[in-house]
Amino acid sequence: MSLSFMIAQFLNGLASASSLFIVASGLTIVFGVTRIVNFAHGSLYMLGAYFAVTLMQPLLDLSRSFPMFLLGLLVAAALTGLVGLCIEVVLLRRVYRAPELLQLLITFGLVLVIEDLVVRIWGPLELLGPRAPGLRGAITIAGSQVPSYDLFLIAMGPLVFGLVWLVLHRTRFGILVRAATQDRDMVAALGVNQSLLFTGALFLGGALAGFGGALQIPRAAASPQMDIAILTDAFVVTVIGGMGSVPGAALAALIIGQLNAFGIALLPKSTLVLVFVLMAGVLIVRPYGLLGRPEPLSLRVAVPEGFTRLMPPTPALWLMCGLVVAALVVLPLLADAYSQKIAIEVLIFALAAFALAFLIGNGGVVSFGHAAYFGIGAYAAGLAVKRLGFGMEAALLLAPLAGAAGAAVFGVFVVRLQGIYLAMLTLAVAQIVYAVAVQWIEVTGGDNGIVGVWPARWAEGRVTYYYLTLGVSVTGIFVLHRMLHAPFGYALRAARDSAVRADAIGLDVGRLRLLAFMIAGAATALAGGLYAFSKGSIDPTLLAIPQSVDFLAMLLIGGIQQIGGALAGAAALHLLRVWALPLGDMWRMVLGLTIIAIVLVSPQGIVGGVAQLVQRQRRARTSS
Amino acid sequence: MTPGQTSAILDVRGLDAFYGQAQSLFGVSLQIARGEAVALVGRNGAGKSTVMKAIMGLIDRRAQAMTFAGHDIRTRPTHHIARLGLGYVPEERRIFTDLTVAENLEVGRLPARGGRQIWTSTRLYEIFPNLGEMARRSAGHMSGGEQQMLSIARTLMGNPDAVLLDEPSEGLSPLIVEQMGQAIVEMKREGIAVLLSEQNLAFAATVAERALRIETGAITFDGPIEQLMDRIG
Ligand SMILES: Nc1ncnc2c1ncn2[C@@H]1O[C@H](COP(=O)(O)OP(=O)(O)OP(=O)(O)O)[C@@H](O)[C@H]1O
Ligand SMILES: [Mg+2]
Repeated sequence: MSLSFMIAQFLNGLASASSLFIVASGLTIVFGVTRIVNFAHGSLYMLGAYFAVTLMQPLLDLSRSFPMFLLGLLVAAALTGLVGLCIEVVLLRRVYRAPELLQLLITFGLVLVIEDLVVRIWGPLELLGPRAPGLRGAITIAGSQVPSYDLFLIAMGPLVFGLVWLVLHRTRFGILVRAATQDRDMVAALGVNQSLLFTGALFLGGALAGFGGALQIPRAAASPQMDIAILTDAFVVTVIGGMGSVPGAALAALIIGQLNAFGIALLPKSTLVLVFVLMAGVLIVRPYGLLGRPEPLSLRVAVPEGFTRLMPPTPALWLMCGLVVAALVVLPLLADAYSQKIAIEVLIFALAAFALAFLIGNGGVVSFGHAAYFGIGAYAAGLAVKRLGFGMEAALLLAPLAGAAGAAVFGVFVVRLQGIYLAMLTLAVAQIVYAVAVQWIEVTGGDNGIVGVWPARWAEGRVTYYYLTLGVSVTGIFVLHRMLHAPFGYALRAARDSAVRADAIGLDVGRLRLLAFMIAGAATALAGGLYAFSKGSIDPTLLAIPQSVDFLAMLLIGGIQQIGGALAGAAALHLLRVWALPLGDMWRMVLGLTIIAIVLVSPQGIVGGVAQLVQRQRRARTSS
Repeated sequence: MTPGQTSAILDVRGLDAFYGQAQSLFGVSLQIARGEAVALVGRNGAGKSTVMKAIMGLIDRRAQAMTFAGHDIRTRPTHHIARLGLGYVPEERRIFTDLTVAENLEVGRLPARGGRQIWTSTRLYEIFPNLGEMARRSAGHMSGGEQQMLSIARTLMGNPDAVLLDEPSEGLSPLIVEQMGQAIVEMKREGIAVLLSEQNLAFAATVAERALRIETGAITFDGPIEQLMDRIG
């Protein structure tokens, strides 16, 4: 490796570190104050880029000068800040007291809505922005060509850091932001209106995201996919740096920038794995990131985010389950082929969603990367059939084993963490698995995936496959349900409600949670395997973030506090999707608005709502 | 003057409070007159801190009536209550350790109601010289006594008309406790009403005339503090 090459890579790394820091600092400030991980931060970044693309040309037509370019960047940032402000006032303000899961989901609903709006306004194709006047060329440094714009970016990082530092340390707003990051309740008890503070934080965070996005347009085209791409990067930086810490974000951005620059040169394609290893390593040594702090203690008592008042099933419940299963058994006799196909998919999703409810509702392990295990199961089954010549039966046995193995490898890191750090790590893990599926083309077929994954002869008919799916799903759900009422399930709930107390009575919380993670992984992968054979093909979207969010949305729609919620939610969401099929791309908007509406209007979901109604009626009857 | 005026600046009737599902206050009533210092005594876990958090709106509560300076505070958010002139110094002090001493005071600063800016950082540094010496230092490096001083000073920066002081003497050396006592006397001299939660009855008696006793979330005594001291012996 020559010196000039090293210098070029180093500068390249600095430039990407600058960009990363600018985006991540906004995310970390917003999280620090509001304690909400804003998934829509990537969307704000994307909006910043689109605003800049739209604004820049008319501005440069007025005067083709660098100050005009800067003005364009600043206006784009300010507009994005205003969008952030609106998001706070209209949505976030209503969910500050809600459980973390609902907060994350509502911001993800926003991601879907904004993505849809962007496609509607600017079209689905990439948009190229103008280059920066005066910074189009390259400069030779130590024998290698460095784009002038990269040097400009390198300068922007420290500049933004300095400005953010000044705002946080030299203004009353900044002092209040730092105080609230540490202890919101105390800040309120001293008479500070938190709403204004939060609105301000969202403006600042949005402006930083927008500025970051606008800065990219001379390097990369604006596209409707850039929101999710930057989101993962920004998450990784904030988690490694410590959520809520601006200097932490700067440090982590520098490390990741260099890791990427040299990683790509040394071990192409492995950078994501390197980043994951770094993230996992940092979190093991420092569970709150390099410069982060433990969650501040709050006076507020958190609402349990899982099954409450879990009773052993009553005869009436058994009867109801029996009726449902009986109805499912006769269904193929009454339904047409298309409905049978839908029913197969609902059964598969029900198993996967129930496994997630087992993990979140009972184990308190809020996994944001559930699709990883679904996809691992699908790929394991598909690869076994296509590359190893396995039969369907063997492939369906292999799928849960692969899921459990994957969950074991990642779970070792994941279950050590709590709350938001845990959720972010599961998400990062899923992104890695996704990247492997996309990039390891020789094995996985890349974006095209694997085709021709057909069931065994005897199971080829749709009705037969339906009964196979029904048998496997119902058995899987029944087994998981039995575990909830076994000592293992009780111990898991005890650990969920108070890890400290569970430790004190001699439960090995880490092992319990790891086991739960593996069981859920296995069940989900089994569902993934079934899915592969039902479709006949596999592609990486099965592993992607939107699929993970689908599973979470199923729990949300059905109700996370009721055991049947996941099942009802799986059916409701899939039927909604089928119904919205003719709407085409509108689906994103429909799903986004559905998620937002449920969080705001009926956070207990369908089954929770029904349970409440039944209770109210019963109470009315006894009192009359 | 203010609507619904009573002679008490803080008037609480039938206050219930909850931690999640668990109820921990049962119909607590108390009145404090302007400029009066009242001790709230009770053993560990009796509910002293809970009374203060409930009045500030930091936990779920309901009450038959609850007014501060004539304003109904039952449905107001915490920051409104503070802005009406009710200060709160929590038991755990809850200093912002990432901020400097001066910045901590800045967080507590509120525009004076009625134009009388009694408490300024300059004056507070005079009362608590230790704070003045470390104004630019991080509050994370302070001793327990200094943190207690800072917590009180921070609340006074809001120019309150009444202060809820939760166990200010807890875990402090006698010398510092004496300094606390002086600070409370100073507050009274400026007309600030004080509700002082204490387990140290002797200390409470140096500043308060009246005492309330709380046991398992309910008030069981309300009267002159000497009388309570006689009873307990
Ligand atoms: N965060 C909380 N969650 C649940 N219960 C709580 C919480 N804080 C206090 N309690 C309960 O409320 C009751 C009253 O507690 P509180 O802190 O008000 O007592 P206290 O009189 O201030 O005691 P101390 O002298 O120890 O400060 C106790 O039974 C306690 O266990
Ligand atoms: Mg207390």
